[in-house]
Amino acid sequence: MADQLTGYRRPDGRVGVRNHVVALPVDDLSNAAVEAIAHVVPGILPLPHAYGRLQFGEDLDLTFRTLIGNGANPNVAAAVVVGIEPNWTERVVEGIAATGKPVTGLAIERHGDLATIAEGARRAARFLQDASELHREPVDRSEIVLSIKCGESDTTSGLGANPTVSQVVDRHVAAGGTVLFGETTELTGGEHLIAQRCVDDDVRKRFQAFFDDYFELVQSSGANLMGSQPTQGNIAGGLSTIEEKALGNIAKTGSVRVVDALGPAVRPTQAGLNFMDSSSAAAEFITLAAAAGAVVHLFPTGQGNIIGNPVEPTIKLTANPVTASTMSEHIDLDVSGLLRMDYSLAEAGDRLMEVVDRTICGRLTAAEVLGHREFVLTKLYRSA
Amino acid sequence: MDLLAHDDCDHVAVAVRDVPAGDVRVAWLSSEQRQSLEASDSIPFGHKMALADLAEGDEVVEYGVRIGVATRPIHRGELVHTHNIRSARWQTN
Repeated sequence: MADQLTGYRRPDGRVGVRNHVVALPVDDLSNAAVEAIAHVVPGILPLPHAYGRLQFGEDLDLTFRTLIGNGANPNVAAAVVVGIEPNWTERVVEGIAATGKPVTGLAIERHGDLATIAEGARRAARFLQDASELHREPVDRSEIVLSIKCGESDTTSGLGANPTVSQVVDRHVAAGGTVLFGETTELTGGEHLIAQRCVDDDVRKRFQAFFDDYFELVQSSGANLMGSQPTQGNIAGGLSTIEEKALGNIAKTGSVRVVDALGPAVRPTQAGLNFMDSSSAAAEFITLAAAAGAVVHLFPTGQGNIIGNPVEPTIKLTANPVTASTMSEHIDLDVSGLLRMDYSLAEAGDRLMEVVDRTICGRLTAAEVLGHREFVLTKLYRSA
Repeated sequence: MDLLAHDDCDHVAVAVRDVPAGDVRVAWLSSEQRQSLEASDSIPFGHKMALADLAEGDEVVEYGVRIGVATRPIHRGELVHTHNIRSARWQTN
């Protein structure tokens, strides 16, 4: 472990491990402008996405929470928000401004793309210069929010990579830190194990309600998830049923209690292991976790998911020796030695802790270096 | 080692390399238990071999927890996958 972790302490007191200035579109129409701003001012991180128009109700609330949460994420130093209409743009700006960090908004209507890009680039340039003077400072492990989610799992996930993540979860929580996990449908067959670990009846009830709700959604669609859960990749990797996949999934959650059950993109208020209701799709989950304030993601993979997230650095590890050798540029830590019993699980945990600490202190992950910026909003239902 | 099992009461172990049919060595992650068994099928890397005889309809246990049910009789040493077990939670119509 690092002698001293360092990070960026934001005006709201939360700690980030990156210092991004983002150009955040409120809607799909504004993607072109934010991409242009990031082109004019290299160093700005654009966060294009597909939604933000004619959504309503809970679905719209989640989109706002996700956009505001990502702008507010402590890995972000400042944000330029661009939307087609002023009202929703201002709503996102106000949400991010509550953190005290620099944020500004531009609406395209009555100005057009070109004037918006010119003014947006001007403001973004100023933010970027100001952010360049922010310094890392010593931070405590308890101030770091991690998230965990696996992908393209196979049987090596449950044997090696996921139990390695468990080691880090237990150590991080013991140090007073916070960890987010979710993947509601991928708990099927092992949901009772999570329910048993809930800290009290209230949390257990809320967890069960999230699980039952998702299960009913699947059933009410008249279909089931055979064919998509487990995925074809999972089955090729040896996983036979959703239950087997779920148990491997749960093998990464450590042995600690579940302190809270949160809605998607809701910021945890308690240290410890928090459940967050979510899809199991990798990009959606990490985008929601970043919105909830997670600053480093741990992503164990079997067959080799190549996911990254623009806001939250994503550390990938595998215990599958074929994946480790054929896709090495995507893998931050190879723990395939666990399958050969070359070293203990605790030792694999030590190695992952070291990667986590170095990532916190600034080392770029494989996904960051390769430009993986999968920023995907969760859509709850169709738009109006 | 050829296969690893999670729990002492598991009905299956996972091949940690491509294992041809014949004598195989199994280790348990939950204990110091080690056994030599006979694989009747070749077990591809990452796939499972039965550690016990199972009847059609029997629960199949891995991680000490049910992962599904047998859809036909399975003998110790056989490959276990979607051809002979299914989810007990989600079923094809």
